[in-house]
Amino acid sequence: MTPPPEWLDEEAGPIVRPYALTRGRAHSSADDMDLIAMVTAVGKIPRDPADIGPEQWRILDITARATSVVDIASELDLALGVVRVLLGDLQDQGLIRVRPPAQVAPLPSERILKEVINGLRAL
Amino acid sequence: MAFAPSDEPVALKILVAGGFGVGKTTLVGAISEIRPLRTEEVLSDRGVGVDDVGGVETKTTTTVAMDFGRITIREGLVVYLFGTPGQERFWFMWDELSYGALGAVVIADTRRLTDCFPSIDYFEQRGTPFIVAVNCFDGAERYEPDDVRIALDLDPEVPVLLCDVRRRASAKVVLVTLVEHALKTLTAAQR
Repeated sequence: MTPPPEWLDEEAGPIVRPYALTRGRAHSSADDMDLIAMVTAVGKIPRDPADIGPEQWRILDITARATSVVDIASELDLALGVVRVLLGDLQDQGLIRVRPPAQVAPLPSERILKEVINGLRAL
Repeated sequence: MAFAPSDEPVALKILVAGGFGVGKTTLVGAISEIRPLRTEEVLSDRGVGVDDVGGVETKTTTTVAMDFGRITIREGLVVYLFGTPGQERFWFMWDELSYGALGAVVIADTRRLTDCFPSIDYFEQRGTPFIVAVNCFDGAERYEPDDVRIALDLDPEVPVLLCDVRRRASAKVVLVTLVEHALKTLTAAQR
């Protein structure tokens, strides 16, 4: 069994509780955002820059190119739930565009799957 | 601003399931670029049908690391591997993970085959294409794939193969087998 976590190093996780970043909010308009939905910053300037936290600025930075929700969470090293709240805020302010995977490719096409098979073989 | 490519990147999701300690993490690590991913131990009350209690949000905030890997096939085509959390308290994650998944690899250990029953049941019920990869542990008795198929009572079209998840070449064969199976399932459904 793993010993109980100790607050000693990075392994212990952040000292600040994860949802402190979202001012305690655990829900947002992005609650159902798919893990592999693609997020793209639309390039608009926020109406009130003070509304945007540093993590959200980073998200806007990262999503200058379309980036999946999981990759954003991984890049920021924040829990998925926290990232969804941050994304929800940005979505509400019209600063990002989110495309669910079904919209990009309802079912992966035969062509895509064959490409994946060949790509995996070539690894 | 960076030039936006004309078509959106395509991302595919593959799940890696199986009992505790069966080699899920090892498989993900053998074939993909491992990335840190945190999630909460218990997700929100979403989907449970609990009414909003005056802005008080109930959610535990213990974060746990998940197995998550990424394989870039080419620019704009990425395959994500998600290890499905093994313990029962993580079942809530499964629906989210398997939604829209291309398919699943169920890793089996012949010394404790029953450990993969819940995964197989789950994917059968959801209709997610899956294959069974028997991880050949050192010191475990070797069984033929057909013996495993019978023991697991699998449908004849479900591929079963032996593998060594520590080896990249073997992990590659496992994933190729899964995607080929998913392709077959897809084209059969279109006919």
